Amino acid sequence: MCPRKRKSGNSKARPANLLSYPPYPTVIVSSGMGEFAAEVIRQSKTNLNLCFQCRSCANGCPFVAAMDYPPNVIIRMIQLGLQQQVLESQAIWICVNCHTCSSQCPNNIDLAAVMNTLTTMALEQGMRVGVPSILDFHLEVLRSLENYGRTHKLRIMLRHKLATRNWFEDVDVGLRMLAKGKLDLFPSRVKAMEEIHRFFAPFWKTCKP
Amino acid sequence: MTREPVVGFTFFPGCSVVSTAWESNHSLLRACEALGFDLWELPDWNCCGSSSAYVVDQELGFQLTARNLSLADPAKPLLVMCPRCLHHLRHVHLALREEAGRRRSLERRLRRKIPKDLEIIHFLEAVVKHGLPRLEEKQRRFLNGLKIAPYYGCTLFRPPGLRRQHYYQAEVENILVGLGARTVNQCFSFHCCGSFLSAVLPRMVVSQVNRIMSSAQAAGAECLVTVCAMCQLNLEIRNTLARPLPVFHFSEILALALGAPDYHNWFARHLVDPRPLLKDRGLIA
Repeated sequence: MCPRKRKSGNSKARPANLLSYPPYPTVIVSSGMGEFAAEVIRQSKTNLNLCFQCRSCANGCPFVAAMDYPPNVIIRMIQLGLQQQVLESQAIWICVNCHTCSSQCPNNIDLAAVMNTLTTMALEQGMRVGVPSILDFHLEVLRSLENYGRTHKLRIMLRHKLATRNWFEDVDVGLRMLAKGKLDLFPSRVKAMEEIHRFFAPFWKTCKP
Repeated sequence: MTREPVVGFTFFPGCSVVSTAWESNHSLLRACEALGFDLWELPDWNCCGSSSAYVVDQELGFQLTARNLSLADPAKPLLVMCPRCLHHLRHVHLALREEAGRRRSLERRLRRKIPKDLEIIHFLEAVVKHGLPRLEEKQRRFLNGLKIAPYYGCTLFRPPGLRRQHYYQAEVENILVGLGARTVNQCFSFHCCGSFLSAVLPRMVVSQVNRIMSSAQAAGAECLVTVCAMCQLNLEIRNTLARPLPVFHFSEILALALGAPDYHNWFARHLVDPRPLLKDRGLIA
């Protein structure tokens, strides 16, 4: 009876935080976060440092086979400050923002936001684009948006296939879609186009790929 | 008999729905008529930026989406058909609610108020929230045990606040079962179809789409039902299977069950004709 009571009394006397006792020395790997990582975290509003490399993102990603680095490796590379390698990688362009990784991540890291931040940074810094055909497609969509305020699929696809010189790729699909009336010949338009143009003006000024 | 009050919505169709997936839009309007939803199209809406604006310049995508929000009437919920548009609209709305400075500067630029309290809901949510009592009353066709694989795609109900918000999983199944169909659930219901990669890396998308469709076939489904127009298109144009399953828009199945007469116009636009299957099941003449 008695010894047990005394034992519980002893444990109460211990410090509340067990980790602080005994005082372990701090291990310093590097002095503070790298500038690149800090910038990515600031722009994407996502704390990458929560990543413990469980690879749930890479295992869930439907397009990891087409990527040069899986998403978890991209995070590690950001933390290590490998700015050029990250911004010139193919993975950041291949990501389609499907959020499979984000919803599987145990730490709720919004990887899609990180990927979008990285592509924007790559363009701002004039880096070599990992998959030029994907950027070309995005720019065609934006040109359509700038002209009509909405997407015009026929024009986007035709111009994209011409620009990437894949003249005959998907001709059959295109014709089947046309036959079913799925590709409108004429675009539907926004009336107040001056509002749309105002959004685009700073964009083409800063980003001339 | 008392009539339920009509529910009013501002309707944001989105680019795909007015062009490639015209049949989705049309059947949606039919279903809304039957369910007593009153729709006003958002005046002069623009593209929300799709995937492209956010990849190339996030601020550009943000502003394009914010313009749509500024056009919306705060008194009525904003009904959205496209999951990607829904995601962008909700994400931007959440961000603008938290960042008052950013909202004010956009309001000055657009010379319009951006409503702070605006309900943004997907068509599926609207059916679950407001349409259920009418659904039973207005049903004209029983789906006769049609075996359906529900395909949600990736973006729908991956809410922008991620785990802070509600997931509407299994609602498609609930409604379809209520209408008399049978659903299979051992297939890749939430697997991404490839979105814009369909245009750039067709080979990658073909393998994903075939995987999704063969999983549905293996689970014994006779057709797929999807809530996303982009997914429907990719599943149809990119599958290379010998006997592909027809892929319906959710609104088509719903409108069909609610007795819409002009279904031939929709189904004629499908690349995989669903009419033989429906005839076989005695659903259409």
